[in-house]
Amino acid sequence: MSDNDFRDGYGTESQGPLGPPGPLAAALSTGGPAAGAFGTAGRGPRLLSGGGRRATVISTASTVVVLAALVAIFLAAPGSSQVRHTFFDPHDMWQSFIGNPKDGYFSVGAAIWLNIRMFLAAEVLILALALVIALIRQSTSPVLFPLRVLAMIYVDFFRGVPLLLVVYAIGFGVPALRLSFVSTQSFAVYGVAALTLSYSAYVSEVYRAGLNSVHQSQVAAARSLGLSHATALRYVILPQAIRNIVPPLLNDFISLQKDTALVGVLGAIEANQAAQIYGSTVFNYSSLTVAAILFLILTIPLARFTDRLIDRDRRRRLAGALT
Amino acid sequence: MTAAAGLAGTGPADQGSADTAIEVEDLYKSFGPNQVLSGVCLSVAPHEVVCLIGASGSGKSTLLRCINLLEPISAGRIRLLGQDVTVPGVNANAVRRHVGIVFQSFNLFPHMTVLRNVTLAPVKALGMPRAQAENAAAELLARFGLADKQSEYPDRLSGGQQQRVAIVRALAMQPQVMLLDEVTSALDPELVAEVLDVIRELAGAGMTMLIATHEMGFARDIANRVCFLEEGRIIEQAPPAELFTEPSDERTRRFLRRIVDAGRM
Repeated sequence: MSDNDFRDGYGTESQGPLGPPGPLAAALSTGGPAAGAFGTAGRGPRLLSGGGRRATVISTASTVVVLAALVAIFLAAPGSSQVRHTFFDPHDMWQSFIGNPKDGYFSVGAAIWLNIRMFLAAEVLILALALVIALIRQSTSPVLFPLRVLAMIYVDFFRGVPLLLVVYAIGFGVPALRLSFVSTQSFAVYGVAALTLSYSAYVSEVYRAGLNSVHQSQVAAARSLGLSHATALRYVILPQAIRNIVPPLLNDFISLQKDTALVGVLGAIEANQAAQIYGSTVFNYSSLTVAAILFLILTIPLARFTDRLIDRDRRRRLAGALT
Repeated sequence: MTAAAGLAGTGPADQGSADTAIEVEDLYKSFGPNQVLSGVCLSVAPHEVVCLIGASGSGKSTLLRCINLLEPISAGRIRLLGQDVTVPGVNANAVRRHVGIVFQSFNLFPHMTVLRNVTLAPVKALGMPRAQAENAAAELLARFGLADKQSEYPDRLSGGQQQRVAIVRALAMQPQVMLLDEVTSALDPELVAEVLDVIRELAGAGMTMLIATHEMGFARDIANRVCFLEEGRIIEQAPPAELFTEPSDERTRRFLRRIVDAGRM
């Protein structure tokens, strides 16, 4: 399997080699095809709400049927046993998880910490940089016109160029410049820089949507009290805007968590890279399953948390509409 | 407080007299091709209460928003407490600190408690110490029957309470002039009285007010002078007793007849 095949697997939310049974099945029942069935049957924001016992029975039954069908297809496939050996071998999964440097492979379980650290660093930087870009794009002053154009080009560029290319460009390009401080950082640092550049473009648009979602009358009310533009923004507009965009922001961060895997192409030993090293050393790809499980463990709590926030906002809005 | 001190720090030097609180001369305002104000002339004396009446779209709200510099004007001149606020270089923020405006839709800040809503501007725009601002706010809230609502969020209040908080929020800046933009139009009928009572109290305390309203009974009751607007012009202005009983202009008569026919007066 080439680098790109594997990455596509991640990009499109695990199909093919990272398919159903084993521990993944449990994860898929909330994130995979079954979720669609719930979404239309339940209609509520919580998976099993709104419909009472009959709805619960129907949704349980449909889950069982869907899962059983998927497992059956998997088990009945001509190459099933081989795939199970290659991707779901318990011994190899454990070995790749704990790692063994003497045999030439790293612990996937330890490598995920690099993903987490890169994620946390990038998250903070993205929140700051994206806000600056959004505020520049929202500005109206003629003096800032050149900055507005730059911000627009920035967003167009980094939303248009695949993140992988940005990672390559920063990770291999900046060191090649042989600048004194900038060119001597670790691959993880370049990775964080690439993630920040790319994601800030997306997140700035989320911020912009949030700023636009605050009604113009709030601006008028703040300004009419004699507050300056900056003070009104800081105390009246931004707090409301950010409240409105927490769910889409978290959605982008779920995506960011797993895109930290792309930094592996530079040679940084993050979970995905460690798993591939295991695979090409031992010729068993169960390590990739381990990496997938670890990423799911990271992203699913954030996904559920996001659901809960959306649910809360929805209830608040309904409550507001009644008064 | 004198006019010069009242608008201190707002920009170019004082040119006019301070005999009028608000003086609007030949004001034009258009939104694109849509001409909303076509030569409004109006003056409001200190402590005077002037009501603006007229159909929706006649320019009442736009006039108030222009006076508060929320809308750039197309042509004309506005003087507040004797100072021309339409010349370039005027500090709009400083002007607005002297001119309170209350909107039809309350526009309280939903993410702040009532107390924070009221103290935000004194603290952030005037640099008042927080404790002092909170004391002043508590006093104002108590005066308007909102003492127990200090720590509530706006969505927990009735419309009438929200509008009273909005009035208190504007008063907390100690404005010399209050502009009220149809402040009871969004309220349920049973909540209108409590807001009108607040305005009556303000009038009694000598506040200079320019009030756009659809409440004819209230206008007749409280106003020193009533102005009828149509198509962006003041058609007729007179003391309420005169304007409501023997309007001189045919257009005013027509408007009032419609109001009476609709059972609103």
